[in-house]
Amino acid sequence: MANEVVLLDFWPSPFGMRLRIALAEKGIEYEYKDEDLRNKSPLLLQMNPVHKKIPVLIHNGKPVCESLVALQYIDEVWNDKAPLLPSDSYLRAQARFWADFVDKKIYDIGRKLWTTKGEEHDAASKEFLDCIGVLEGELEDKPFFGGETLGFVDVALIPFYSWFLVYEKFGNFSVEAEHPKFIAWVKRCMEKESVSKSLPEQEKVYDFVALMRKKFGIE
Amino acid sequence: MATEDVVLLDCWASPYCMRVKIALEEKGIKYEERAEDLFGGKSELLLTSNPVYAKVPVLLHKGKPLCESSIIVGYIEETWASPPLLPSCPYARSQAKFWVDYVDKKLFDAGGNIWRTKGEAQEVAIKDFIEVLKQLEKVLGDKDFFGGDSFGFVDIITIAITSWFLAFEKFGNFKVEDHTPKLSAWINRCMQRKTVAKVIPDPEKIYEVVINLKKMMGME
Repeated sequence: MANEVVLLDFWPSPFGMRLRIALAEKGIEYEYKDEDLRNKSPLLLQMNPVHKKIPVLIHNGKPVCESLVALQYIDEVWNDKAPLLPSDSYLRAQARFWADFVDKKIYDIGRKLWTTKGEEHDAASKEFLDCIGVLEGELEDKPFFGGETLGFVDVALIPFYSWFLVYEKFGNFSVEAEHPKFIAWVKRCMEKESVSKSLPEQEKVYDFVALMRKKFGIE
Repeated sequence: MATEDVVLLDCWASPYCMRVKIALEEKGIKYEERAEDLFGGKSELLLTSNPVYAKVPVLLHKGKPLCESSIIVGYIEETWASPPLLPSCPYARSQAKFWVDYVDKKLFDAGGNIWRTKGEAQEVAIKDFIEVLKQLEKVLGDKDFFGGDSFGFVDIITIAITSWFLAFEKFGNFKVEDHTPKLSAWINRCMQRKTVAKVIPDPEKIYEVVINLKKMMGME
């Protein structure tokens, strides 16, 4: 049976980057389709009728939506190479917990940094750094969250690094100054081709956000 | 296996805790329930076991904590194999996980918006809630359970929240059955199961909980 993989994505999406990294880690060939989110394709609307969001992984014509669900699917189907989740069920639960923490916190708090002002903005700045601190604590002295190799949590989290120029400029902080161990982990991840080739340049993301702010009339 | 091996930090009214209990019951696992007083004062054990969120449920298996109900149910599924709560085919598993995520993101909050609002805002909240129910009814189709012929992961995640439906109905002045009769039939089918009936509290008691919550939040 042909193994056809299509990824419906949007280049600055950290959620899409997760799947790009996983597919690269596993050496899976796929067709990348960049969506115009102001004008969603019929394929996207057909493949994700419930949320109408990217990323969508389409495997042999069948869609898998929600990035963490799709990551687990990729890990289960292509289980011969680069496992993302450990085999121990307790460690798997812990990995899912931290990936869920990233989902609940990083994107929404990060978004507040460039869309809000005043008290709400300042609170978000503090909370963002607190979350990075919590994650840094969880990493401890391991090279990666997955241990010796890139794992589920690493793949879930590293895409947000492409947004750090945005977060730091609008949040008015330096992550490296506050959490150097976290940045050391970032650098280890970025040394991997699967990661560096899947993330856009920070400047590009910054320009994109500047455009969005103009569009939304944010000063 | 000794009961002390599995401890659940619990709150009887929490649908998130109900999920974990149903999963343990389905797998025939003996466990110790420790009630937490969420408003009076959380236990030291809860605060040290769940430092990130300080919430229930927390499952302690041989002293090691697990948090977040859907993740806990996933752990129970992977640790005790029988009976399986998820299908074996990876694609079907991904679909089940998608719907678990959907229920987690939408159902309880949509219901909560009904008793937290009045007037026009409440009408919108009721409409949104019913849309979520209709979506779930569509997914259920003509199957007995979301898991197909057998009660599974999505059923467990969803049935727990239905214990709060009477409260939503009373405050919103509507009936779920009028809008999604097939889903109501599924609720009744699930409630026939010993494991579910044992865990799900009397919806009238949940209604009283919501009345008290509103009082505490200064709502009329």
